[in-house]
Amino acid sequence: MTIDNLFKGIWKENPTFVIALGICPTLAVTTSMTNALGMGIAATCVLICSNLFISLIRKIVPDNIRIPVYIMVIATFVTIIDKLIQAYSPALSQSLGIFIPLIVVNCIILGRAEAFASKNSPIDSILDAIGMGIGFLIGLSCIAFFRELLGEGKLYGFPIPYFKEDPALIMIMAPGGFFVFGLLRALKKHLELRRAGK
Amino acid sequence: MMHLLAILITAIFLENFVLNQILGICPFIGVSNKMDSAIGMGLAVTFVMLIAGVSTWCVNQYVLIPLKLEYLQTIAFILIIASLVQFIEMVIKKTAPNLYQALGVFLPLITTNCAVLGVALLNIKKGYNLLETTFNSLGGGLGFFLALIIMASIRERLDLAELPESMKGAPIALITAGILATAFMGFSGLV
Repeated sequence: MTIDNLFKGIWKENPTFVIALGICPTLAVTTSMTNALGMGIAATCVLICSNLFISLIRKIVPDNIRIPVYIMVIATFVTIIDKLIQAYSPALSQSLGIFIPLIVVNCIILGRAEAFASKNSPIDSILDAIGMGIGFLIGLSCIAFFRELLGEGKLYGFPIPYFKEDPALIMIMAPGGFFVFGLLRALKKHLELRRAGK
Repeated sequence: MMHLLAILITAIFLENFVLNQILGICPFIGVSNKMDSAIGMGLAVTFVMLIAGVSTWCVNQYVLIPLKLEYLQTIAFILIIASLVQFIEMVIKKTAPNLYQALGVFLPLITTNCAVLGVALLNIKKGYNLLETTFNSLGGGLGFFLALIIMASIRERLDLAELPESMKGAPIALITAGILATAFMGFSGLV
């Protein structure tokens, strides 16, 4: 049963495409694969730490004030990660900007704290956090793949032949994020409908 | 005065929180189904953004900076916003039960609206003074309100349109938002 907690976040309950949580960072930072990777890893680290900690204190926290407590725990870990990124990778910190402190209000993290870590053992909570984090990273990378390829003709900063000739700049601006995410959501729904129809 | 007006116009049209900076998308997609709830949510968010922007600026300026605790910004701000939302909820419940009824569900959700924390962090990052912070926060809130009601009025019409099954709901809402964001790019260079 425990190993299932790891894999469900990656596909069956993928945070980006299935539950549609944390859309703001999903759309805002997916202008390049590098940003998506950085954001995915930062969010995963916060998620693992907060899930573990909340799971450990789940029996001490009174039910009435659990949400403020969870938010404080998450905010603390976000601050730590934010300062670590600033110290060791200033370039990434620059390009992600306020979206690193905004991990605090990313619904995935509070959602997993409330829905999973507050009810399950520390080990299960860590597995759940890793699975959800990887799922989030995959979701971000899917969107960033199309946006960076079409908008800049590059992937991870490397120029791709043919695409780099005449990139559509709009894809790396705000509208591109909406278009790509909307179309990917529609594609997923289409595949589901086809499977159900058979 | 012109300078403050420029900040307000920039925050509403040029750097619209939803359509340009991509903040607060969850409520933007979530409550833009109906006009009534969009107006309620828009007003509540505008109000909270204004008060939160000003109060976080004051706390940062008069508490965190003198004590050299700037690294606690994120924690302090989210705490202020959460208690502010709770406080406003209690005040509205006491003084205007009708309004409370209308906003009810949306009020607690504002805490996790990233536009609110976003405006607080951006005010500090841009080095605004108190007056500029007030106008930027107000503009941010009004921009959110504007985007939300435009989106709600489009989506009310979209309900009647014939769409492929897989495009219904969130996908077409996102595509619409994309077209809206493209239109808002036309404002660039206004100020």
